[in-house]
Amino acid sequence: MGEPLFTPAEQSAFNEGIAKLLTRYPSDRSSAAMLPALRLLQKMKGWLPPQGMEQVAEKLGTTTTAVYEVATFYVMYFTEKPGTYVIDVCTNLACALRGAEGMLAYLEQKLKTKAGVNGPRFYLRETECLASCATAPCLQINEDHHESLTKEKLDALIAGMCT
Amino acid sequence: MSVLAERVISRDWGREGQATLAVYKRHGGYEQLKKALKLTPAQVTEEVKKSNLRGRGGAGFPTGLKWTFVPSKEKNALPRYLAVNADESEPGTAKDRYILEYDPHLLLEGIGIACYALGAHTCYIYSRGEFKHPSAVLDQAIAEAYADGIFGDRAMGTEFSIEVTQVRGAGAYICGEETALLESLEGKKGWPRLKPPYPAVVGLFGCPTVVNNVETIASVPRIFEKGAEWFAGIGAGKSGGTRLVTVSGAVNRPGTFEVSMDTSLRELIYEYAYGQGLPPGRSVKAVIPGGSSAPVLTAAEIDTKLEFDAFKPVDSMAGSGGVMVMDDTTCLVRCLWRVARFYAEESCGQCTPCREGQPWMARLIRGIEEGRGRMEDIDTLLDVARGIAPFPPFGLGTTICALGDAGALPVQSFVSKFRGEFEAHIRLGGCPQGETPWGHFGEFR
Ligand SMILES: Cc1cc2nc3c(=O)[nH]c(=O)nc-3n(C[C@H](O)[C@H](O)[C@H](O)COP(=O)(O)O)c2cc1C
Ligand code: SF4
Ligand code: FES
Repeated sequence: MGEPLFTPAEQSAFNEGIAKLLTRYPSDRSSAAMLPALRLLQKMKGWLPPQGMEQVAEKLGTTTTAVYEVATFYVMYFTEKPGTYVIDVCTNLACALRGAEGMLAYLEQKLKTKAGVNGPRFYLRETECLASCATAPCLQINEDHHESLTKEKLDALIAGMCT
Repeated sequence: MSVLAERVISRDWGREGQATLAVYKRHGGYEQLKKALKLTPAQVTEEVKKSNLRGRGGAGFPTGLKWTFVPSKEKNALPRYLAVNADESEPGTAKDRYILEYDPHLLLEGIGIACYALGAHTCYIYSRGEFKHPSAVLDQAIAEAYADGIFGDRAMGTEFSIEVTQVRGAGAYICGEETALLESLEGKKGWPRLKPPYPAVVGLFGCPTVVNNVETIASVPRIFEKGAEWFAGIGAGKSGGTRLVTVSGAVNRPGTFEVSMDTSLRELIYEYAYGQGLPPGRSVKAVIPGGSSAPVLTAAEIDTKLEFDAFKPVDSMAGSGGVMVMDDTTCLVRCLWRVARFYAEESCGQCTPCREGQPWMARLIRGIEEGRGRMEDIDTLLDVARGIAPFPPFGLGTTICALGDAGALPVQSFVSKFRGEFEAHIRLGGCPQGETPWGHFGEFR
């Protein structure tokens, strides 16, 4: 099996976290805690390693297949390890009307990457509307939201990622 | 002209510390829940009915009426649930997010009142996964409400128990659809369920469940504060209250504004209090009035009021209040491609017409936009759209959920109202706007 997934301290934190989640659901509905359980796993490991998904299946009384089915349906879950910075750029209509396509191209050029490519440092992706349409264009870096972006503001964010 | 005389939902957004329980209570917070808990549940529902509150999630369904669809305890002894829809993913829509961030206790107070009316002891708030900050603010507010005894075994010191939990999504537009939301809450992928049965009868864990939008539930405390008649009175037609709308795209001042439902799209776009018009020399070419699922309107149709029934004559809908404005230098084929691509990406894949049709439409539109189109493509587009939504402008056609129609109707409306632009691309072998398809504000600076 190779390396264990968690250190003993991490393992007990994970166990406690899951136990706490389960208190929020009817006792015969443990598998309902799937989304928050995967979120917890990803928060701890940065992605969803297979061993972790097996643990989730076991703790929630469901099958590994059921866990994979959920993990692959939602775009925020990573079943493969993502680069250090996941950058989600909204290119939906309201943002496109305020420069989102140009912003994406600018990022591709500055970060020397292409949207959709999961590199070791940057995983730049096009995403759908982030409910920031009147404060467009916008993006999220590792889930932190940035809006009303200009070249100047974006340069500062890029500098922050490149130090 | 109707600039709103007093703000109702966003009234307290500017106040320092409003998201904390202390400040919320200092200004009368949770008094309406206290009041409601002294009425009978049926009386509470009756007030909501009288207020003419209608769902702010997109369909405008009368809220009080929806609540009465939950069967009586005698008919169905299962527990009942309230699910609050904070998925806010309809392109063009940015309003619920601000309620969570600026006034989370208003939502929580509304949840308390709704739970009591429904006899529901458990509420799940399903918020979209991308809402890191709004969700953190909301979780903090929930924790404060528990610590203060507002929620828990004896809510506000009564015999009534209320449990409230926020569950965060993980990036899937379809989970805003109410039955997909319930599947997701049950820990599954977001595949919509066939209706009927409706969630009010068979919902979460097979139990009666009411699904309501954030803004809908946040409106409830105001109804008890000032009375159902007052709430109905400040509305328009059969729609009570005010509403939050988001104006985006080609206007001088994009923003989220609270408006009277007597306000027209034109006023929203041009008034100083709202969008402040377009830059000099620019004019409106097209407006999507209620999120990208709402069929597009031409400049001649923007005198429509932002009330739920007002869009019927122009074959569109008030939807989620996401108003997207496109100016006269914008390429509408490119705009429609962005919309079509979205539905192609977000189709859950259960129904063949939607799974196959949405990407097909997106490919055809892209082809036309890039100058690879043929005249027949325009009719093919309309055919595919009709295959998904045979009964325009409304109604479920060949699919399980309304995402099918939501993707097909924009195509039908853009192509039929702006056919000349599609033909011009084909004749020219490219975009008439050249390298700048996105209009006045379309360049990244
Ligand atoms: C594809 C699709 C996406 C939807 N997304 C949302 C959403 O993000 N938020 C929302 O409140 N309602 C959304 N709805 C509407 C819900 O299904 C449901 O009607 C609504 O939450 C009911 O609340 P209301 O009666 O208070 O409006 C969506 C519907 C469809 C078909
Ligand atoms: S219409 Fe589309 S999104 Fe809705 S259930 Fe069918 S395939 Fe899924
Ligand atoms: S379109 Fe980009 S946030 Fe809504």
